[in-house]
Amino acid sequence: MRAELKNFQHEQYYFKLRLGFTGFVVLALFSLLALRFSYLQIKQYKHYQTLAENNRISLVPIVPNRGLILDKNGVVLAHNFFVYTLEITPSKVDNLEKTISEISKLVEVSSLDRKRFNKLREESRNFESVPIRTHLNEVEAASFAVNHYRFPGVEIKSRLFRHYPLGKLGAHMVGYIGRINDSDLDNLEKKGDLSNYKGSDHVGKSGIEQSYERQLHGTTGFQQVEIDADGRAVRVLSSTPPVPGSNLVLTIDSKIQEIAETAFGEHRGALIAINPKTGEVLSYVSQPTFDPNMFVDGIDVENWKLLNDSLDKPLINRPIRGIYPPGSTFKPFVAMAGLENDKRTPPFSISDPGYFTLANSVHKYRDWKPTGHGMVDMQRAITVSCDTFFYGLALELGIDKLASFVSHFNFGRKTGIDIQGENAGLLPTPEWKMHRYKQPWYQGETVIIGIGQGYTLVTPLQLAQATATLANNGVAMKPHLVAKIQKSISNETQTLPLVIQDTIPLKPENIDIVKRGMIAVTQPGGTAASVGANAAYTIAAKTGTAQVIGIKQNAKYNASSIDERHRDHALFIAYAPAEDPTIAIAVIVENGNHGGTTAGPIARKVMDYYLLGKIPAPEQAKDGQNTMVKPSNSTLGTATQPMPEEELHD
Amino acid sequence: MINQLLKQFVKHIDSFLMVCLFFTLIVGLFVLYSASGQSVTRIYGQGVNIVIALSFMWVAANIAPNQLERAALPLYVFGVLLLIAVALFGSISHGAQRWLNLGFTKIQPSEIMRIAMPMMLAWYFSKQEGKPKMADFAIGGLLLLVPVALIMKQPDLGTALLITASGFYVLFLAGLSWKLLLGSIVLFAASTPILWSMLHDYQRKRIEILLDPTQDPLGAGYHTIQAIIAIGSGGAAGKGWLNGTQAQLDFLPERTTDFIFAVFGEEFGLLGNLLLLSLFTLIILRGLIIASQAQSTFARLLAGSITLTFFTYAFVNMGMVSGILPVVGVPLPLISYGGTSMVSLCLSLGILMSIHTHKKLVAT
Repeated sequence: MRAELKNFQHEQYYFKLRLGFTGFVVLALFSLLALRFSYLQIKQYKHYQTLAENNRISLVPIVPNRGLILDKNGVVLAHNFFVYTLEITPSKVDNLEKTISEISKLVEVSSLDRKRFNKLREESRNFESVPIRTHLNEVEAASFAVNHYRFPGVEIKSRLFRHYPLGKLGAHMVGYIGRINDSDLDNLEKKGDLSNYKGSDHVGKSGIEQSYERQLHGTTGFQQVEIDADGRAVRVLSSTPPVPGSNLVLTIDSKIQEIAETAFGEHRGALIAINPKTGEVLSYVSQPTFDPNMFVDGIDVENWKLLNDSLDKPLINRPIRGIYPPGSTFKPFVAMAGLENDKRTPPFSISDPGYFTLANSVHKYRDWKPTGHGMVDMQRAITVSCDTFFYGLALELGIDKLASFVSHFNFGRKTGIDIQGENAGLLPTPEWKMHRYKQPWYQGETVIIGIGQGYTLVTPLQLAQATATLANNGVAMKPHLVAKIQKSISNETQTLPLVIQDTIPLKPENIDIVKRGMIAVTQPGGTAASVGANAAYTIAAKTGTAQVIGIKQNAKYNASSIDERHRDHALFIAYAPAEDPTIAIAVIVENGNHGGTTAGPIARKVMDYYLLGKIPAPEQAKDGQNTMVKPSNSTLGTATQPMPEEELHD
Repeated sequence: MINQLLKQFVKHIDSFLMVCLFFTLIVGLFVLYSASGQSVTRIYGQGVNIVIALSFMWVAANIAPNQLERAALPLYVFGVLLLIAVALFGSISHGAQRWLNLGFTKIQPSEIMRIAMPMMLAWYFSKQEGKPKMADFAIGGLLLLVPVALIMKQPDLGTALLITASGFYVLFLAGLSWKLLLGSIVLFAASTPILWSMLHDYQRKRIEILLDPTQDPLGAGYHTIQAIIAIGSGGAAGKGWLNGTQAQLDFLPERTTDFIFAVFGEEFGLLGNLLLLSLFTLIILRGLIIASQAQSTFARLLAGSITLTFFTYAFVNMGMVSGILPVVGVPLPLISYGGTSMVSLCLSLGILMSIHTHKKLVAT
């Protein structure tokens, strides 16, 4: 019993010793934990706090509403509206083909939708959602929403769509927006605007949409959103609202635009009307045109091909990118050059034999009128468009003087209009020719520049600007399409200042001579007498013809015998009222043969509306191009008036 | 009358342990409410678990240690048989075969082993005359390894670990020689490569990720990384109850069960952590005192093992959540959501109470 008790005590002693040891281990290990906690929660606190914040906070961009584009009277040319789109995020979908065919059982997916989807998919990253269908109606949206659970990676989104309610009207001027592609991203990055485009899918691609991108886009807002581990927004912590883009009020009157475009009928060509006193562009026509709405969310391949491969080249922005020989519309400016250089001042006149020859040459530079115009002074030379007179003048002035003078009228350089992509045209000089062709300049080349032929190339906008400058007595106003910018939040309207680009020091008496010559053009005996017939205001004008194909010496140009596309381009410049001009116009009708008969009537309709508010009577017979030949006669009921012989020619 | 009944009712309840237990459970309910996204159903469920667990505790506390001693061998045999049954007919869920479907309910026999193992070993060593000999430890080791091997095969690393620990504590407290202990540690180290090859892929991965959680931040390492971020970002005072961003925004996985400590650490900070450590320390120290005052060898060994196993739960869980131990499925005692661990832990605390309150009845 005693031994047992001793044994028991002994055992208990050992047990307590071991128990004490474990107690020590417990405290040691718990201290280790306490140290670990202190390390994490005190020493590394900042680090883990940052990690936790990064985990939970995400910046979500809020895309601003794009500004509207309005015409001068407030007619909407571009606006936005919400539509439902069905979008697929390719990275979240296992079998894309199967998913799309399943979707197509619920909502209609056309082959065009598929093609567009494939094209957009190539352009976008795998984790970006790409629309398979746009403009879902309520029923479609609902029927998909019910089946949404079956389609992971497919979502209905409500997107703000850009819409151009007038469609084709003024499409080249207004331009369009399109999905941001890689080169857009590069551009935005260069401009430092990239961060403002987080969340934006679209950017202006052409026209005003492109050049006023910064004002139209607005400032992207941000929401600090708390997100859960799956990236879903749980609540908004703070938000910086977006600043919507500014609205633009144009100088264009959509009614004039409509009248001008309608007047072109089936013709290809361009028209620019400018207020000479302000530089406001009143009408901006490029024909044929296209529907910019097709481009907003990616144009499908077929429609793109149709537009891009068309012989009519509807995508070319003709007023600023189409370059044409100015033909006889160049003569008033050559005339100004002559007068200002003290050549051909009255009472100087020549007797026109119907051709011009250089000394020591047998080559005949023919006048359009083989028999010649008889006695011609400066004013009459303009009125009857006497080639012989201007051949001699150009030669006497010399290419350098001529080029340097007319360049003040914006030939050979960009006008600086507020849309991008302007072509500078070409005002040739000997230096240019040497550089371009490694050949010396010939005198004969100077001669034909006198009548706007040869290397000289102008854009319709340049021609209109030159006309406006002349109409405004040498004061060149910068042409522009945007009159006012309406700030979105403050609603403050900023009227863009008018800019005097150049003031050409022209002698009033010289201006007077040229202007009187141009006024007589629309009077009986002038080359565009029909255009001026029965006009309630005086029109100063000049017709022109630009050769599309060269005509051999001694060969006669016969319009009816050549293919339509090889016919001459018809040009027409005008301003009115001649005494105090408020509108200057340049019209080019491609393959329209003669300026006075095809281009002139278009200009007349625009001026009639602009100056008198007169809306042209609807065309009676739509029998192709003939409709356009004598519109002013038919509308004004002067068909009985005999047409001067000159009018058929230049 | 009522007073006497009440007195009788709490006769075997150790007030010190009960108070510690009460506070820990209250803390647990608060954390769970936050971790579950303020789910009342979860709190209700855990409340039911606690009521059941406390009933088990009360029953255990009222069973005299010598009665437990008698039950040790049958319970152990029953447990091993069930484990064998699981290996043969167990139902598989989540890639592990742990459950035995009895038709009306499913049971997890490894849970029985949690309590049966220390009881069995304590019983075995209490039956030996004098100082336990080498052979006794060998038999004890065998008694330990058979069920552990069965549980590891299921596989259930967390439970296997805890049962091994509970058995080992009995061996150690029974006087396992230091030489043998060191020898087996060396042996264990030497056999690591073999053990490594026996581990399941997911277990290996867990160990690999433990060494470098950034290896797989979105996969296996995600648990640990997010838990460490949660604890670390809690700072000294914590983000406040219900304000843990890691917890409330679903960044923490398994945050009501094994990783609930991360929620606690995030919302209550270092202060809270130290408070919780203190509560656990009080429970453990109380258990050690009970063990040291126990009057029979069986009671001593059992009390010591139960206490140290409780410590193991707490240490392994907090260690794994704070990133110093591998992620093994061990819940945080008395706080993690779940009925099984709650019941087995309260049951073992009930046994401690029983050992403490029944000793006066044994003559010395």
